[in-house]
Amino acid sequence: MSDITHTPETVPATPVAPSEIAVKADHLYKAFGRRPHEMVKRIAAGASRSDVSNLGVAAVIDASFEVKRGEIFVVMGLSGSGKSTLIRMLNGLWETTSGTVTVGGTDITGISAAELRDVRRQSISMVFQHFALLPHRTVIDNVAYGLEIQGMGRVERLARAQTIIDLVGLGGWADNLPSELSGGMQQRVGLGRALAADTDVLLMDEAFSALDPLIRREMQEQLIELQEALGKTIIFITHDLNEAMFLGDRIAVMRDGRIVQIGTPEEILTDPANDYVAQFVQDVDRARVLTATSVMEPVRSVVTKTAGPRAALRTMRDLQTSVVFVLNRDRSFAGIVRDRDVLKMVKAGDTDLRTIIRDDATTVSPDTALVDLVEPSVGSDLPIAVVDAKNRLLGVIPRVTLLAAIGNVTTNTGTLPIVEPPSTVSISIITETLRDTETHTETHTEALTETPRVTETPRDTALEGAEA
Amino acid sequence: MNDFRIPLGTWIASFIDWITVTFGFVFDFIKVIVDGAFGGVNFLLVAPPFYVIIALAAALGLATRGWKFAVGTVIGLGLILGVNQWENAMATLALVLVASIIAIAISIPLGVLAAKSSAASSIIRPILDFLQTMPAFVYLVPALILFRVGEVPGIVATIIFAMAPGVRLTELGIRGVDKEVVEAGQAFGASPWRILRQIQLPLATPTIMAGINQVIMLSLSMVVIAGMVGAGALGGEIVASLSRLDVALGFEAGFAVVILAIYLDRITAALGTGDTPLGRMLARRKAPGLPAASVSAPAPALV
Repeated sequence: MSDITHTPETVPATPVAPSEIAVKADHLYKAFGRRPHEMVKRIAAGASRSDVSNLGVAAVIDASFEVKRGEIFVVMGLSGSGKSTLIRMLNGLWETTSGTVTVGGTDITGISAAELRDVRRQSISMVFQHFALLPHRTVIDNVAYGLEIQGMGRVERLARAQTIIDLVGLGGWADNLPSELSGGMQQRVGLGRALAADTDVLLMDEAFSALDPLIRREMQEQLIELQEALGKTIIFITHDLNEAMFLGDRIAVMRDGRIVQIGTPEEILTDPANDYVAQFVQDVDRARVLTATSVMEPVRSVVTKTAGPRAALRTMRDLQTSVVFVLNRDRSFAGIVRDRDVLKMVKAGDTDLRTIIRDDATTVSPDTALVDLVEPSVGSDLPIAVVDAKNRLLGVIPRVTLLAAIGNVTTNTGTLPIVEPPSTVSISIITETLRDTETHTETHTEALTETPRVTETPRDTALEGAEA
Repeated sequence: MNDFRIPLGTWIASFIDWITVTFGFVFDFIKVIVDGAFGGVNFLLVAPPFYVIIALAAALGLATRGWKFAVGTVIGLGLILGVNQWENAMATLALVLVASIIAIAISIPLGVLAAKSSAASSIIRPILDFLQTMPAFVYLVPALILFRVGEVPGIVATIIFAMAPGVRLTELGIRGVDKEVVEAGQAFGASPWRILRQIQLPLATPTIMAGINQVIMLSLSMVVIAGMVGAGALGGEIVASLSRLDVALGFEAGFAVVILAIYLDRITAALGTGDTPLGRMLARRKAPGLPAASVSAPAPALV
């Protein structure tokens, strides 16, 4: 219809500006019954859903939210929570009883049927739970359906549909009928149809719920990749919390028609708004949702590169650890030093820590999922270092912390008793070494080279004994 | 007590009288149209030599059901020819075709209306009940008054009698279309007309075709009754055999009706399922084998 439909890979620059907001719902109500408006009035005045049950069903109660452009916004709730009703109000399939819906700056409540059809063609498309493909049309004609309604010519729309078919991984199936495809492939057609229409907003109503778990995971991953590539705004309905957590940039949890919490997956998981949400998130796969940021601990055994080996050794002794994290002058992460290396260095009288810095600590970015930390954590006894884009050390995740977080031992992710690997060299040796070198530096500056030689033999045996 | 009587019959009779006087020209017009349609179809069926019609009927049978049915068609029509009922059978076929086509042309839009609007449905439904359960003979009387003796009153009475299943099954079929698919049409901004044309009617086709089948079958049964009002054809023969107690003629005409009925029923039923030899052949030609791609979900190809 307009130029919007002809520019596939770009988000149309809408002149209706402050729109970083793609879809906005403002105090939405939907009531089914003979006197819906009276129901809404009474609920707004404080009546509960069951108080007005004699009048009908209040499916959605006072739902307000804003979905940002390019965001995946998940509405999660059990069946009967009103989520399907809610999504159908967002494209006007069902009229709102009260409240307004704004799509791309256009208020779609109370506009004429023809205007509403225009909004649906240009701005908002939908993927359905049971695919809702046209069974008598081939895959390519199904994918091109939205374009056909937009009035695009046959040759052009089939060409566009073909690129989308390749995009969703159905190349070679264009001329088959939907009934010849598996469930997962049929939903790819459904997704392709919505993508081909090239609307800014995609509504997905339990889109993956009818699929096998393996296919579902594959589709979820593909959806995220597509979203990153195409920058669509996606509103996704699901009853599966793991799916919500995996897909959602933000999640709205619905219960009995009301939105009880809106937040990022981590906020929902770590700070549930009420008992209902807490109970709901109890058995979520935490390892996939929680990220390094949410479980990492402040680094205590840390020295700057220029601090020297004696400072490193003292830190180790005080914290009873065998490893110190070393930072550059600009606070970026340089690596680690181990107690034995530092001990040798101190005894040898060297002062440059740089020569013994190892880089065998695993570093991860703050938004790495816990599930991806398990392998490095098992492979090394060192805590995992969390660094930001500028390589600054934000925190560390010792193995015990990781396990506690995955097992949901405590929601308090504060300090746990054992933070870094315990020292491999006994504290007394470290203390002795430090004392010795202190004596030398204070009194026999000229005998610096001599003293280590005197104490070398017994200490080395002690060291080997500790190692054994 | 005995004096009390609701003069329902008299009311209807005067209503028909009033209609005859007031809208006589309308009925004359309908008579001309229907008469013309019947004459035309009848001419098409009778004018060519019988073997041409038999060959065409067999070819249609072959395309819709296969060679066995084609052979059966030839044998059946040959039997009709053998008992010297060919022209009557063709006239009956013409009556059925004209009546059915008009009945279908009225009943499908009515069915669509009933499916789209619950109000329309609640008005149409009792009327259909009335039309369907009223004994068929009763229609003949006003039809006779309005259109005078001949084929037309028979055809009109047939249309009224046979319409009901067409309306009902069309409504049922459209209401039975997967709601999500209709929602998909709406969600992509399709107009109601486009949804009807591209989604509801195609998906309701099997049910609608079952309705059409019923319309044709009812037409055939009614067309025989219509023989009483001078529609002639096989119905006329049967009425004549009744009055003359001619068992031989009665059964010969009766067999011809049975053969026509079976033929029409099987053809429309096959069209209803959409699974015909011709259809399969066309489908094979259109899609030469499945693509070589793996049958399991193919790997996502991303930009």
